Amino acid sequence: MENPEQNSLADLQAIPESAPRQKVRLPEPAALREPEQADVGTGAPVFELKDVSIYYSSFRAVTNVSLTIYKHQITAFIGPSGCGKTTVLRTLNRMNDLIAGARVEGEVRYHGEALYGKDVSPIAVRRRIGMVFQKPNPFPKSIYDNVAYGPRINGIRGKSELNEIVERSLRQAALWDEVKNRLGASGLSLSGGQAQRLCIARTLAVEPDVVLMDEPASALDPIATGAIEDLMQEIKNQYTIVIVTHNMQQATRVSDRTAFFSVLVNPESDTRTGTLVEYNQTDRLFGDPQDDRTKAYVTGRMG
Amino acid sequence: MAVITAEPQQPDLREAKGWRRTKNRIMTILMVVSFILVIIPLGFVLFTVIAKGASVISWSFLTSGPIPGIVAPAGVGGMGPAVLGTIEITALAAVMAVPLGILGAVYLNEYGGKNWLAAFIGFMSDVMTGVPSIIMGLFIFTIWVLHFGLSGLAGAFALGCLMLPIVIRSTYEMLRLVPNSLREGSYALGATKSRVTVTVVLPAALGGIVSGALLAVARAAGETAPLLFCIGAASEVNKNVFSGANTALPSQIFANANQPYVGAQDRGWGAALTLIALCFILMIVARLVTARFARYSR
Repeated sequence: MENPEQNSLADLQAIPESAPRQKVRLPEPAALREPEQADVGTGAPVFELKDVSIYYSSFRAVTNVSLTIYKHQITAFIGPSGCGKTTVLRTLNRMNDLIAGARVEGEVRYHGEALYGKDVSPIAVRRRIGMVFQKPNPFPKSIYDNVAYGPRINGIRGKSELNEIVERSLRQAALWDEVKNRLGASGLSLSGGQAQRLCIARTLAVEPDVVLMDEPASALDPIATGAIEDLMQEIKNQYTIVIVTHNMQQATRVSDRTAFFSVLVNPESDTRTGTLVEYNQTDRLFGDPQDDRTKAYVTGRMG
Repeated sequence: MAVITAEPQQPDLREAKGWRRTKNRIMTILMVVSFILVIIPLGFVLFTVIAKGASVISWSFLTSGPIPGIVAPAGVGGMGPAVLGTIEITALAAVMAVPLGILGAVYLNEYGGKNWLAAFIGFMSDVMTGVPSIIMGLFIFTIWVLHFGLSGLAGAFALGCLMLPIVIRSTYEMLRLVPNSLREGSYALGATKSRVTVTVVLPAALGGIVSGALLAVARAAGETAPLLFCIGAASEVNKNVFSGANTALPSQIFANANQPYVGAQDRGWGAALTLIALCFILMIVARLVTARFARYSR
């Protein structure tokens, strides 16, 4: 259980463990790279998206997304409302399967394996790729049972083992000291920031490979937000994190890479489709945006 | 140029006058009157039943048998067979209808989605809610009693048929109230659909489900019409709910209350009070149990 990659609980089809471990240089002209940024882009690809489009029934919500998400990095998705960043995020652990009529076109690879392949079980995918939601959603159970929920559904029953997991996860989520004396209290009795950290602890308890975060701090005050951002930095050497955020300062503070999404308006049908505009290392995307739309957004002239 | 007329006015923070205030008052009075109108018959029923029935109630009235003939004076025999019959038959009906109804509602809300089968079952269960109880009794009489004879089981079938649609509908409404974010939280940890349903959705809806099931049980416990055809009218205790004629409190109320004899009428009132008390105790017990299970939903 010490390495999330060796999480034996998933029966996701044999993920090649060796191949993606080689260090991959990003395809970037060396001349453009400033020296202090040189180290950011290394690591094995975890997700590779090629020409991904996402439909809800016949409506195309997102089109033309190609990007690569690297291991042990924090990748931020930013962009105006309705640009499809959450939709793309939910594609990464097949949460969109739960929405009737949702459909993915294009190629989504997870450690080289087709995530939407025929034999891939969404249950197995989600055991490896956890998700933290915009609104804290603790279960109406005790704090302990909230954290132990994931391990339990994965078949861990031993009391001491569960105790250990609960304590470790709550510590990782920086919540342990606040709740250690009332683990039997209801998860719903916590404040918003605590509840969100409980949800993060719950996600970490199953030792996922990837943690997806959908605006995890949007309902929280700056102190709780800071706590969660610190926590992301602390856990990023064990997990790969993808975060959707509306807050550009947050993206610059926490992320290694940033993807900027925008909305294409089709004037004929009056529909809006999200698309990926620009994807780069965070400091480059904000410091030297290549696309005019990115430039307008990050300088605050739009959205 | 517009002329600036007003010198700064004192803001008027008193309640608005005129039609708006009148409307508010009228509605408030209407609500209070409605409440009183609802409470009067309820209180009156309770008062009458207690006033007329309390004098008859005694330990031997509740537990001993046989049920005396209608001409017997008050104080002879007891309602023991009917109390036992009501408890047995209602419990058996609940054992059949509540799990089935909850599972049906789980199918409708969690699994069925918008497919034709779920729509059909939902529609039929709503239709079933409107079927008069005497028709249910006739139905069971035709398909069961004619072949296997009178029994408590037949009565339980009839009551179960009555309870089933109520349990389905109330459970379904409760499951719909469970926020989707809880389901997603569970799915995101790699839970299967059945796991999500059993460990998150049902516990979150438990309080409401129990309330709905109780309403159904209480309603069934008081039904007379379906029992008339199905369980017969035994006067002795019949411990075997699966065969032989049985009896129940509503049947005894019906049989005794329309007699000219004072003893019979008293027994009718006593049986009525006993039935109300049984339902009341059931409600309280279930509330306590639910509160224990639902202590984390606050």
